[in-house]
Amino acid sequence: MSVVHEKIELTTGATRRRARRISLTPTVTVYLALVALLVAGSVLVGLNGGVLLDQGGILNILTRSTVLGLVAVGQTIVIITGSLDLSVAYLVGLCSLVAAQTMAGSDGMIVPGVLLALGVAAVVGLVNGLVVTVLKVNAFIATLGVALILRGYLEQNYTGPAGSVPRAFQHLGFDRVGPIPIGVLLMLLVAAAAWFYLKRTRPGYHTYAVGGDVDVARLSGVRTGRTIVTAHVLCAVAAGLAGVFLASRLGSGAPYVGTDAGYDLESIAAVVLGGTALAGGRGGVVGTIGGVLILATLDTIFDDLAVDPFFKDVVRGIVLIVAVALYARRKLTRRSA
Amino acid sequence: MTAAGDVVVRLTGITKSFLGVPVLRGVDLELRAGEVHALMGENGAGKSTLLKVLAGVHRPDSGRVEVDGEPVVFATPRDAQAAGIAIIHQEFTLLEHRTVAENVYLGREPVRRGQVDRRKMEADTKGLLDWLGEEGIDPAETVTRLSVAQKQVVEIVKALSTDARVLAMDEPTAALADHEVELLYDLVDRLRARDIAILYVSHRMREVFDLSKRITVLKDGAFVTTALTAELTSDQLVRHMVGRSLDALYPDRATPGELGDVRLALRGAGNARVRGITFELRAGEIVGVAGLQGSGRSAIARAIWGVEPFTTGTLEVDGVTRRITDPRAAVRLGIGYVTEDRKGEGLALRQSIRDNALLVRRAALTGGPGRRKSDLGELLKSVAVVARGEHQEVRYLSGGNQQKVVLAKWLAVGPRVLVVDEPTRGIDVGAKQAVHRLLRELARSGVAILMISSELPELIGMSDRILVVHEGAIAGELPAGAGEEAVMGLATGHGRGEVA
Repeated sequence: MSVVHEKIELTTGATRRRARRISLTPTVTVYLALVALLVAGSVLVGLNGGVLLDQGGILNILTRSTVLGLVAVGQTIVIITGSLDLSVAYLVGLCSLVAAQTMAGSDGMIVPGVLLALGVAAVVGLVNGLVVTVLKVNAFIATLGVALILRGYLEQNYTGPAGSVPRAFQHLGFDRVGPIPIGVLLMLLVAAAAWFYLKRTRPGYHTYAVGGDVDVARLSGVRTGRTIVTAHVLCAVAAGLAGVFLASRLGSGAPYVGTDAGYDLESIAAVVLGGTALAGGRGGVVGTIGGVLILATLDTIFDDLAVDPFFKDVVRGIVLIVAVALYARRKLTRRSA
Repeated sequence: MTAAGDVVVRLTGITKSFLGVPVLRGVDLELRAGEVHALMGENGAGKSTLLKVLAGVHRPDSGRVEVDGEPVVFATPRDAQAAGIAIIHQEFTLLEHRTVAENVYLGREPVRRGQVDRRKMEADTKGLLDWLGEEGIDPAETVTRLSVAQKQVVEIVKALSTDARVLAMDEPTAALADHEVELLYDLVDRLRARDIAILYVSHRMREVFDLSKRITVLKDGAFVTTALTAELTSDQLVRHMVGRSLDALYPDRATPGELGDVRLALRGAGNARVRGITFELRAGEIVGVAGLQGSGRSAIARAIWGVEPFTTGTLEVDGVTRRITDPRAAVRLGIGYVTEDRKGEGLALRQSIRDNALLVRRAALTGGPGRRKSDLGELLKSVAVVARGEHQEVRYLSGGNQQKVVLAKWLAVGPRVLVVDEPTRGIDVGAKQAVHRLLRELARSGVAILMISSELPELIGMSDRILVVHEGAIAGELPAGAGEEAVMGLATGHGRGEVA
């Protein structure tokens, strides 16, 4: 009898263990990787005679994460619908200009400036979404086309920074609440809103459904076109917000502030690194923030170590590929199980 | 509330054409509460179109649709859903990475204070699962982790969650393993007991006779008959469906004089899925392989072709022992394989007929026995592909024509052995006969053919002898013209085969 009992004990133990192992989702993996990276980075920077995780270091990482975080959170939503947005980099620049030029140094124009910039962003997002859904142009091409249109406009009309924001507005870029910069709080707030949208609202559920299988979603009565357009608008508004934030930090609008930082591909990299499937239907904002933090941490470590910038890119490339390869592996093993 | 036996849905004189081609020509159908109504007909008879009319996907050109005696017009699938009609499609319409409850309430998620009410969603799903007696499925489980049968239950629960009173199931057993079919039977019984009207579309005679109260037969889009199942024999049913007797469907078998040398011989071959496989395949004959789904019949084919190679025993091609470890090696030895998954594995759907037909020749036989370009036209003519031209993309062809292109692909390299798995799955009667004739002509020209099929009449009608596979081993061999019972007996492990 006792032998039988033991056997049962063993099997339930094994089942429990298996259940725990499966919960090692990409999101969990990202944060484990982040912790590992912070530890390894601390050691490396420490050996070099510096400190990675003092207050300045942490702030550095968080500040670096702000703009990319804003863009990547929006990008997450579009990617979950199975689409993507390559126009965000130019849009960031455009919105910084719209905000700074509207404000033109006047305190009274802060609110109109912000609203106009976000409105322009929303329109660009709407165009992206409609080209993808109504004209049925592949998202890659559609948003690349819109990106080129934006670039043409920027190159035609601007040679450098333009407009100026009033001093009061620069508080957004430089002030802190306690130790934390307002920008970081803004980014986290946007991320939280996106999380709520995706995980708690019906349109959010439909975002996953459309990305999972557009035909299934349609047959189940989901308005697929509307879902995709909404995702594009939200993504664009997030990019617009990034532009507004940059205007605050720079004091003026800068046409190429988004493209110089490569926010288009960088944001997609952060999303994918965060475990969201590029094909859509799976993933989330929490992972994306993890991805953004990993990229920002890598940058900070490399700066502290004074690493050659080209080598930096090599490492980032490797990290991205390894991460996605790991996620793909997990999918394979689960299917064969 | 409707009582058992009441007519819930009545279709009268439904017609529908696509691009001027009539697909439905005046079809009548009555579905009653608590009754299983089978819809039968060969492929292309119009079953799917009728189902789509019922689902509000297609609008009929003429005819009446009534629900509870009231005429209705379904402009969209939502209208049909609102009228209590739910369709369970042949392919699963579930999101693999979402939970059971999320799938069941997709598009209709309950909302409370601006948020999706997950708790209510899961509780309601649980309620429906319990109502069906499926307590084993957790509403919060991700669909990927469910078995195929469980997924089907979720599919049904999803349909029922719309307060469906009419459930149309399109080939519900197509994706199920045999033991899962029993579970589906139970489920259908429970649905019937709850006064749901069920339209059951299936090719499988046995299921139709086991489950249905009435049968409606369509042929070439026309209504043939509706009859009580109890008053119908399977012979009569086949005649209704095909419009002629079954024997005439198949070409003559090989005469002893037509059999040649042994082309392929397996001796005690096995791998993880099959064991002790021993048989010989001669030039000029068609050997059928029967077996239940999952019995290992396709595993034998895949092993011969090197996809999952044999690990034990020997394999001889033309008397020489060979090890085939990948498909390329098989092709080079003159073995062709027509896969059961035509669209996934058989064809490059977005490429032209020409590119597909030449695919194997270009890929595997560089510098091999090349035929000239002009041969291609002849080749396509010999398989009688109907198309706008050889540059048409194969995805625009009908299933039958696609299958002919697959065959042409192999004919282009002049195979000595051809393994065909479900050669006529999903193609219409006319094309089916063409494929049958083609296979027989190939055999006559000296090709040794191993044919796997889950359609017993086809297998029996075509084969010169039949190997029956059961649980990974050959359970017995039956001569040409064996009865369905004998095959099924061996396939289910009950009967004893006459050893030839």
